[in-house]
This record gives sequence, C-alpha cells and structure tokens, in this order.
Amino acid sequence: MAIRTQTIGERVRRREDPRLVTGQALYTPDIPLPGALHLAVVRSPYPHAEIVSIATEEAAAAPGVAGVFTAADILPTLKRPFPVAKAPDGGAFTELHIPARWALADKKVLTVGDPVVAVVAETAEQAVDAAALVDVDYRDLPGAGDSRAARAEGAEPLYDNVEGNRAFVWELHPEGAPEAAQGEVELSLDFRIQRLIPSAMEARAVAARLDGDRVTMWTSTQSAHRVKSSVARILGIPEERLRTIAPEVGGGFGAKANLYAEEVLVPWLALKLDRPVRWFATRTEDFQTTTHGRNLFVTLDVAADPDGRVRHCDVDVLYDSGAYFSRPGPTTPSLTGAMIVGPYDVATAHAHAVGAFTNTAPNEPYRGSGRPEATYLIERALDVLAGRLGIDPAEIRRRNLIPPHRFPYRTATGLTYDSGEYEKALDKALEAGDYAGLRAEQARRRAEGGKPLGIGLACYVEICGFGPWEAGGVTVEPDGAVTVRSGTSPHGQGHETAWAQIAADQLGVSLDDVTVLHGDTDECPRGIGTFGSRSAPVGGAAIFNNAETVRERAKALAARLLEAATEDIRFEDGRFFVAGSPARAVGWSEIAAFAHSAEAPEGSAADLTADVDFKPPGETFPFGTHLCAVEIDPDTGAVEILRYISVDDCGKVINPLLAEGQVHGGLAQGIAQALYEDAVYDEGGNLLTPTFLEYAVPRADMLPKYELHRTVTPTPVNPLGVKGIGEAATIGSTPAVCNAVMDALRPFGVEHLDTPLTPEKVWRAMQT
Amino acid sequence: MIPPSFDYHAPDNLEEASRLLLANPEAKLLAGGHSLIPMMRFRLAEPAALVDLRKIPGLSGIREEGGSLCIGAMTRESELEKSDLVQSRYPLLADTTRVIADPVVRNLATVGGNVAHADPGNDHPAAMLAYRASFVACGPSGERTIAASDFFTGPFSTCLEAGEILTEIRIPASGAGSGGAYQKFERKVGDYAVAAVAVQLQLDGGQVAGAGVALTNVGLTAIQAGAAEAALVGSDGGDAALDAAAEAAAAAADPGDDHRGSADYKRAVVRVLTHRAAASALARAREAS
Repeated sequence: MAIRTQTIGERVRRREDPRLVTGQALYTPDIPLPGALHLAVVRSPYPHAEIVSIATEEAAAAPGVAGVFTAADILPTLKRPFPVAKAPDGGAFTELHIPARWALADKKVLTVGDPVVAVVAETAEQAVDAAALVDVDYRDLPGAGDSRAARAEGAEPLYDNVEGNRAFVWELHPEGAPEAAQGEVELSLDFRIQRLIPSAMEARAVAARLDGDRVTMWTSTQSAHRVKSSVARILGIPEERLRTIAPEVGGGFGAKANLYAEEVLVPWLALKLDRPVRWFATRTEDFQTTTHGRNLFVTLDVAADPDGRVRHCDVDVLYDSGAYFSRPGPTTPSLTGAMIVGPYDVATAHAHAVGAFTNTAPNEPYRGSGRPEATYLIERALDVLAGRLGIDPAEIRRRNLIPPHRFPYRTATGLTYDSGEYEKALDKALEAGDYAGLRAEQARRRAEGGKPLGIGLACYVEICGFGPWEAGGVTVEPDGAVTVRSGTSPHGQGHETAWAQIAADQLGVSLDDVTVLHGDTDECPRGIGTFGSRSAPVGGAAIFNNAETVRERAKALAARLLEAATEDIRFEDGRFFVAGSPARAVGWSEIAAFAHSAEAPEGSAADLTADVDFKPPGETFPFGTHLCAVEIDPDTGAVEILRYISVDDCGKVINPLLAEGQVHGGLAQGIAQALYEDAVYDEGGNLLTPTFLEYAVPRADMLPKYELHRTVTPTPVNPLGVKGIGEAATIGSTPAVCNAVMDALRPFGVEHLDTPLTPEKVWRAMQT
Repeated sequence: MIPPSFDYHAPDNLEEASRLLLANPEAKLLAGGHSLIPMMRFRLAEPAALVDLRKIPGLSGIREEGGSLCIGAMTRESELEKSDLVQSRYPLLADTTRVIADPVVRNLATVGGNVAHADPGNDHPAAMLAYRASFVACGPSGERTIAASDFFTGPFSTCLEAGEILTEIRIPASGAGSGGAYQKFERKVGDYAVAAVAVQLQLDGGQVAGAGVALTNVGLTAIQAGAAEAALVGSDGGDAALDAAAEAAAAAADPGDDHRGSADYKRAVVRVLTHRAAASALARAREAS
C-alpha cells in the first residue's frame, strides 16, 4: 500500500505559480472579449465643486464613440446606492451618517477623480480621446484635504445634512464603563498616522458581457460574491442573472473588498449597449479612486504603576473617512479602539473616535485595518514609558504581557483572546536577535562613537477569522477526483495550494486529485471573500469539515461494497477496509463509481458532496514579537535596517512556504509605513502623490534580509487550529522599526516622531 | 495612459531628421523614450510628431579618440555599464550611469537623451559639467561643438537650435592623476535625486590641479559649483579643502521645497555629498597617479 504523508505543515510549492510565471494567467484585462467596447471615465479635476453643466455633444460625435452617459442617463435606472454596512460590533455609534453614493456624480463632486461621465468607444484610444472632448462646467468650492481642515469652524460642508462634516461619533463603553484604573505615572502622546495607498500591483479592472439574458462580469476583486449581490441589487436584476468572476487578481490589501463605480457602470453599459464592455484603471485613476488606509490623528493617554505596569489606556481618534464610506463603514477606528490594549493585561480602557468627511479618497481597511494603528500606538507608548521610567523595553513588555494561564482572556475592551503564549514569542525574538549583544554594541557606540544604533521591539496581538460564515464545499466526483468550491477569493495568497492540502489530507488523496474552484459565482454557490486574514480560519475550516463529512459518509458506501458493518470500516491513506483486513480495500474511484451506480442506495451520489458553511464561534488572535535593529547615517538621517527578526504565531501552519510569503509581503508594507510611504493631499484636497514617482513604495534593495521564526499556539475556535497570517507582519513591523529609530535617537532627547521616518525628519531631530 | 495621436517618422540619416524637425516645430526627437513617452502618456507632452533616431547609423558607440572619450548620443546607458573602458578609466561616468533609474530603463535610455532632455533631475548633466565635456550638434547650418557649461539654459531647455540634433558627447580623456565620483541621495532606486553631486579631479604631484564640481536637482538646471572647484584647486585635498568645497557647493545649490525634502535639507545633503564625492574622487585620482 502506498504510504501517503500528510501535506499540512509541508512546504508544498504553489500550484498557481507555473501559469503566473509563464504569463499564461488571465487577469481581468486579459479576458478575451471579441467586439468589446472600451470605457473611459471623465473624472473631476476638482476636490469639491458643483456640476453646473455637462456638454457631451462633441464627444458623442467623435470617431468610434458608442455612447456618452451622465448621471442623468444612468442614475434614474439604478435601484439603490452603494451598500454600506451599518455598524461594527464592540462599541456604539452615537452618530453615524451614511450618505448615498452612486455610480456617477450628479450635482456635486467631492474628490479629485470622482466619476462624472462615462464615454464608451470601439477602442481604448478613441474612448480616451473622446473623454477629453467632454466639457464639464464646475463651480469650484472650498475643499478639505484632511480631517482637521474638514472639522474646522467654517469649513465647507460636503453634505447638507452633516453638521461640521462629522461623519460619525463612536465610543467604546459609552455608558456603564468601569471606573478607569489609576496609575501614578501618566503619559499623554499625540500621533499622526499618515495616509497610505494600498498599491496593489494590478490596478482595478472590470469587464462584462451578455450571455443570453444573463450578464457575466469579471472584476479585480477580493469578493466576487459580494460584488454580485451588490451589483444585482443596484441594477435591479435578479441575482441569478448575474455571474461575477474574479479571475487572476493581482493583490488587494483590503482595498478590493469594496464596491466601485466601474463595477456598476460596466455591466450597466453592457446591458444598455448589448455589447461587451471593458475598463481598466490607470495607476493615477487607481490612486485617486481606490480606497486608501490609515490616516488618523490620535491622542493616547496611559496610566501606569511606577514599575511600568500599564493600568489604563484611553485612546481618542480623529479619523479621516474621505468623502464616502465604502462597504464596511467606519470599522477601522473602532477596531483601533478595541485592540488598544494589545497583548497586555490592562485593567481598564476607553476609546472614542470622531470621523470627518473630507474631499479625499475613501479611507477604509488596509492590510491590518485598526490593528496596525492600535499596535503602533501602544508599542510606541510602552517605549516612551520605559524610557521615562528607566526600564528596558523588553522588560517592560514582559511585565505587562498576558500570561498563558489567563486564556481565554477577556480584555478591558470587551474582546476574548482565544489562546496565546506571548512571552515565549518575546523570548524567541530576543534570543534570535541576540538582544543582549545588540544592547552591548549600542552601549559601545554611545561610549566610543559610531553611527547611532537603535533596537526596536514590538509585541503584537491582532484579530482575525471574522465570520459570520464562509463556504467550502467538497465533492468527490464520479471518477474519484475531488472538487473544492471555496467562497474565499484569493488574490495572491495561494489558496489553490492550501485548500488542496486540506482536502487531500482529509481524503487521503494526492494534491493532483484535487481541483480548487473559487472566485466564480456560478461555480461556487456562496461566499463572502478574502480579507481580514479570514480565509484559512473560516474558509479553510469549512473545507476541513466538509471533507471529513464526505469521508465519514463514504464509510457506509464502503461497508456495502465490502459487505461489512459501517462501524467496522477503517480509513487510512485514501483506502477503506474492514478492521483487521487492510489487504482487501476500496478507494475513492470505486466508492464514487458505486455511489453513482444503480446498485447504490438512493442519495449515495449526493452523499459525496458536503457543503456546510463554517460559522466560527469566535475570532482568532494571532500574535508575535518583532525585533528590528537600525543604524542611522548621522549626516543624512537615512535609516538602514541591519537586522529584522519576526516571530509570528498564527497557530498551526498549513504551508510554511505560503505563510512565509505572507510575512515577507506584510513586512514590506509595514516597514514602508514606518519609513517610506506617505499619501499626501494638499489643504484643499488635491492628491500630490498620484503616481509611483511621488508615492514611495519601497523597492527590493530598501528592505532587509528577513529572519523569520515561529511559535505555534493553536486556536480552539476552528478545527484546523489556524489563526491567519495575512496581516500579522504588517502589524508588528511598523512599531518595531519606529521603536528602533526612536531608540537610536534617544541620545538626542527625542521621544517620538510621526511616520514615515524620512531621512529629513530623522536628520532634523539630530540637529538639536 | 494613452497619448494623443501623433505622426511617427524614422529617418535613416541626420539630414532628413533635421529637415523633419524644421518642417514641424511641434515635432520631438525620440531617442530611448524613457522620459518623453511617459510624459506623452500623462499628456504632459503632446508632440504632433516623433522623429525616431534609431535607424540613423553612427549615433552610438564608445571610443577614445583625439584626446576625448567620444560617446554617441544614442548609446544606451546599459552600454556604459558594460564598457570596460568606462568602468576602468571614467569612474565618475561609471558611478553616474549606475544610479540612473533602474536596469530596465537603462537598457533603452540613451546618454544623449539624458543630456538633451535637460531635466534638472537627470544625472548626466552634472557629470558632464564636472568633466568639462562638450557636445557635438548637427543641424541645418552644419556641425558645431558646444561646451557643457553653455548647453543647459533652463529646465528642459538647451541652446540647441531648431533642427539641431545632439550627436556626440566628448569627455576629456582620462589621464594619470585623474579621478571622479558621483554621489546621489535618493528616496528609492529609480527616483530622481533628493540631491546629487559630481566631482572630477586632476592631481598634479599631490596637489589638486583641476576640479569640476556640479550638482543635480537642486536648481533649474544642473549647477556648476565654481566656488567649490576653486576651493579644491591648489589644495592638497585635505579635510579643510573638502569642507570648504562642501560649504561652497551648498551655497551654490538653489533648491526648492518639495516631496523629496525642504530646501534646507537638500542644501545639507549637497554639503555631505560634495564631501563624500570629493573624498572618493581624490582616492581614485591618487590610485590613477
């Protein structure tokens, strides 16, 4: 008998890669659509303006133009505005305005890049040329480029019914909060966390085609199913008439979990013109219109004992919501509040957030959403506290970490952390990084001279595995092959490999026997999508359970074939046999053939499909410790990362190769927030960083060699024991790098600088 | 990212190229295209016609001749990187080429394009000023040679006249005791410089006999820092001379505030880079003595 090894935990190479690295993969703009028209969108050049008039005649008469459409043409036909979730858990909105947002701007534009006119032509060139002929007359209004400007007295309101541009007011424990714990040491720190542009390698793109009375649309999204139901409802067509496909998707980072105007316009135009239509964003369109992330003003107050034990955290956020809410609504500031105590045993906490509508792109979840903010805030505060109290940064963390015997741990913010061995991760990082050796070298340089050396630590815990459910159907086909139908919507993670591993292990088949379907609403009946590091803990768990169900049901079929009682059937390595007689066994092909035969009891074939959604009983809380050592060029302020050690605990690991890939990318984005990236609007709302020339996404030589380590603390909330790894490294790395830079600057008497820590900012801090 | 429509010409001789330029004042020369085409795609440049130089023979190549290093205007940046002659004897040029954009761009971008586009952020103009290079231009009234110091007249503008085409760059041949260096400080690989400094030195018996110092992206054009050169000439290249040159270069810089940094900071960077470039140039010149 063939000996099969388990693949879970193995470094299985990505099944997706051959088609990706040979250029065979089809992204949305690559989908062959003979006779397709091209959409060009006329966009607002103003941050804030009234639309006085639109002249489209010249564009309509231009060569190749098939149609020019304004809000007056399209909006009356739409059944509803974009969907926005009402409110997240874990606190209360005492005020929340969700303005209606439509596929084209009607009376006003609220950001540079707002879609105003849709121009459709035979070629992309003709569409772009004709779009330039559309004449829109605007009456310019004062704009607000950030939340403080929008909230300032006398600021021009974006919406008539939203006083002071106050988008929402949210408070954790708005009433009945326990009295704040007191501490002898008090700390109050002000932060500005910069705005970031998620910058997926593939800019957004949409295509659509009529198939009989149905519409098939392709879109570069993280959530094909949500796009389908939203677009069907907006267009007012039954969901069955719309098929949505997320083909190859080149990154999303949260931004592609939202719904966008072009996802409504393109199928609308295909229906209207009875022709295939396609659109893809230029990089600047993508930067202007795809959601951004972070962007908060924060005050964090901390009360602590003289030995550094934190007693109370109070976080006050002014959040820039941009001009509109996207699908999730204001979840990021509330998550920031909910996660503010980090991995620490803090008695009480309070959080308060106010949102401002500004004349900028919507500001929504971006890789980590709320957890990077919370982690950065508490980790910076701990370092400042350690500095003031003369306690080593590693020691102050050790004193505050939640000990293992306290799990499940109820936080002062109302969350229940599932499992954790936080100190173990800290110790591993200190040992791997030779923390003592680094401190000795730092002391030597401070005494004898040399480039300033800084050592930064960040202990983090985050929240993943959001429900309420995810689909992951498993079918053993008539020939014994296995099909997985996942509701997750991968865009670089490697789900086709990981999901095949789960099914293969449960069913005792080889990876080659498993086909993973995803991102196509016809092939996969239900789904929520991929974001918030939820795919493995929720979607993966569904596959795990369904494969197990199929395997157990198959025992009854094996019992019939082997003429034995079901309870006597054993299963090993893909073979069913009667206990004690492993030599006489049947495999999946025999089981499947029998199930589909006339001899099998009715319903046997259906027994080989299990498709029960997984509904997690709670969220997962991955954690870890990152350690970073930096050196500063005192002449220029340039920061060089000498060492980067990450210890990440995401519970059990399905595939270390995939998990490490997620950590690599996460570190790149977290380090970029610390040192490089900064999306800048001017006071009035003009985006000053509209291309990669201005917006500094790091290149390979700007990132260090990563030293990755792991601890494994399984979660009890799903059968795989996995917690999620998509965002963890982003969350841990920004504070680790910032703490390292600030540690290097300690001799200069600087306690805090806001990110990004550009050479100039660091250089100025050293000029004292 | 789609440019407006334009005419395209690919003549096989300079006279024809020149004639096309004269006939159409809205035409632009196309060399490597790595500045012009992005500008067209953003519709920042909307030339009515492009005159592609790639089919004209004799416009590329690297050779030493008549006391000069002669570089054809259509020579690709990557060819400088691969040239043993450049790498072994023209360290300032070798340094400069290595930090222009990134390898993919350098495979197509040309030396002549980098010079003639006259973007104050381009790296070759400062190197050429420091080298005391001269440029050969062909036009309706024949061929002329222009000193680098006369060439750059403003941002994106040169003294080339209508119908004139840059054909060759001439750098004084490297001899004993010569050495140079280019120091660039950038936010990320491929970006324009926050500031950059080119230094070319000629030693004569331990003394600096000749110096070229020029600055990138801290003014409307590349800036020749004459006072910095004067601080070095006649000195022994000691710290005091380097400090003085660095101060003088910082004073010569005329940067503005932008997302790459404030004017103050850029001036400070010029000071640091001048010191570093001069020290490196000196070491190389001594090695070549």
